[in-house]
Amino acid sequence: MTAPALRIEGIWKSFGALDVLQGIDLEVAEHEVIALIGASGSGKSTLLRCINLLEPIDEGRIFIEGEEITGKGVNVDRIRRRVGIVFQSFNLFPHMRVLDNVTLGPRKVLRRPKADAEADAMRLLERFGLAEKANQLPDRLSGGQQQRVAIVRALAMEPDLLLLDEVTSALDPELVAEVLNVVRELAAGGMTMLIATHEMGFARDIANRVCFLDAGRILEQGPPAQIFAEPREPRTRQFLNRIIEAGRL
Amino acid sequence: MTALGGPGTPDRGGLSSLPGSRARRRNDDRGSALRSTLVALVSTVLVFGVIVYVAVNSPGWPAVQASFFDKDIFWSSLPDIALAFLVNVQLFLIAEVLILVLALLLAVARSSTSAVLFPVRLMATIYVDVFRAVPGVLVIYILGFGIPGLNLPGIPTDPFLYAVFALTLIYSAYVSEVYRAGIASIHPSQTAAARSLGLSQAQALRHVVLPQAIRRVVPPLLNDFIGLQKDTVLVSYIGVIEIFRQSQIIESANFNFTPYLAVALVFLVVTIPMARFTDWLILRQVRQERGGGTALATLAGTPASGAGAVR
Repeated sequence: MTAPALRIEGIWKSFGALDVLQGIDLEVAEHEVIALIGASGSGKSTLLRCINLLEPIDEGRIFIEGEEITGKGVNVDRIRRRVGIVFQSFNLFPHMRVLDNVTLGPRKVLRRPKADAEADAMRLLERFGLAEKANQLPDRLSGGQQQRVAIVRALAMEPDLLLLDEVTSALDPELVAEVLNVVRELAAGGMTMLIATHEMGFARDIANRVCFLDAGRILEQGPPAQIFAEPREPRTRQFLNRIIEAGRL
Repeated sequence: MTALGGPGTPDRGGLSSLPGSRARRRNDDRGSALRSTLVALVSTVLVFGVIVYVAVNSPGWPAVQASFFDKDIFWSSLPDIALAFLVNVQLFLIAEVLILVLALLLAVARSSTSAVLFPVRLMATIYVDVFRAVPGVLVIYILGFGIPGLNLPGIPTDPFLYAVFALTLIYSAYVSEVYRAGIASIHPSQTAAARSLGLSQAQALRHVVLPQAIRRVVPPLLNDFIGLQKDTVLVSYIGVIEIFRQSQIIESANFNFTPYLAVALVFLVVTIPMARFTDWLILRQVRQERGGGTALATLAGTPASGAGAVR
């Protein structure tokens, strides 16, 4: 049996006196899509940032395909090549053209020749309908286009695992669909993904498994049909009721 | 549709809903602009008129006029002074390049966060503190007379070299702080995005942070270089025959201060265009960062212009 794409054992993380993650265990199989749901401040974003080693964890261990990435002397840059992350606020590099945003990683980290990196980047941009934006600066693009570029930038590193941190939360409502469609396409293509999201309908459609985070713990997890239709935990029910009241499910 | 107040809706849209009020406002604006121009003109003429009047009618004016405003000495000294100014230009150009490099290294050192680099950070901090604290003239004196005074074999004696060295040391301290402010102004999410792609800290700095930071600090950098242009005269103290030293030589030969006036004029001629260029760059940056309309409002930022009133 092959090792899971991602295994997390007992992660604790605190910012000062605030315990943001309080013992998270999670296993993600290859090609699996996991939706992380929960209120703001429940630890979804922090969990993703810890997996990408952008935040050092206080306790626990993280394995990617069986290899521990939280041990001493691990080359974090090498790990990050295999784990892509897309942020809520896009974080494109505003001084670079779209094409240069996408090829920066492949050129500087993977040391690929410029022409190769650009050819691959153009193929990716084309696939997501962004080819004609290749030579523009990010601020000429709509929010939805910027976020799609950010996804392409992460994909250009050919990661084994993609982390999406509320990628539609900063978008105008009419731009959400174009980004979600990209994520759907990635899921259909077998990309292993961990998705923190407030889009419950989307989570229900796309995820193989939904994890409800509450106060830094995974309180409940299961197939979307079960979590959304008959949640076991009162907290989960409460959370989902509030979402339904807000007309978001 | 404008009632929704989308991003493109001007703030003042709601005020001019009455037909014709927009045209009337435009006329009012034009009228008040004309009025402000007139007021500015009259007050300028008045202020400068009074200053000139007081100076020219002062008891010592004839003596001052003779020793500062001698036409013949002015024209005869100008060629020598202009020639000596080339030394200042050389000094400025060489020091500027060295300063840009040294200051960037200092700023990067001070902006580092890793524990291993603490000694580097400490040294850079001490350097910046020392060279901002000690008056520039003293640094020039100490280096220009002290080091050659050691009489070490093979050590250069050309004061020009020590002048470049001293100005570079002094100004690097200031300029590194400008760079550092620029680096600090780049949001950490940019570094996070670069690191998440697998770039090392150094690569993130080189490809993502510095290009943005440097672009942002060009106007304040130019401002420091205007200061450097002027401070090149300080090296006259260690025997570099540059514009100020040259004018002193002419002054003592004629017992007349007019050459200093010529020097002042030369600096006005080179510095003012640089200052205007800096202003223009700042304005352009404001325009880029806030979007089209606001920069014009800044430009026409008089209280009478209406746009100023909104702000």
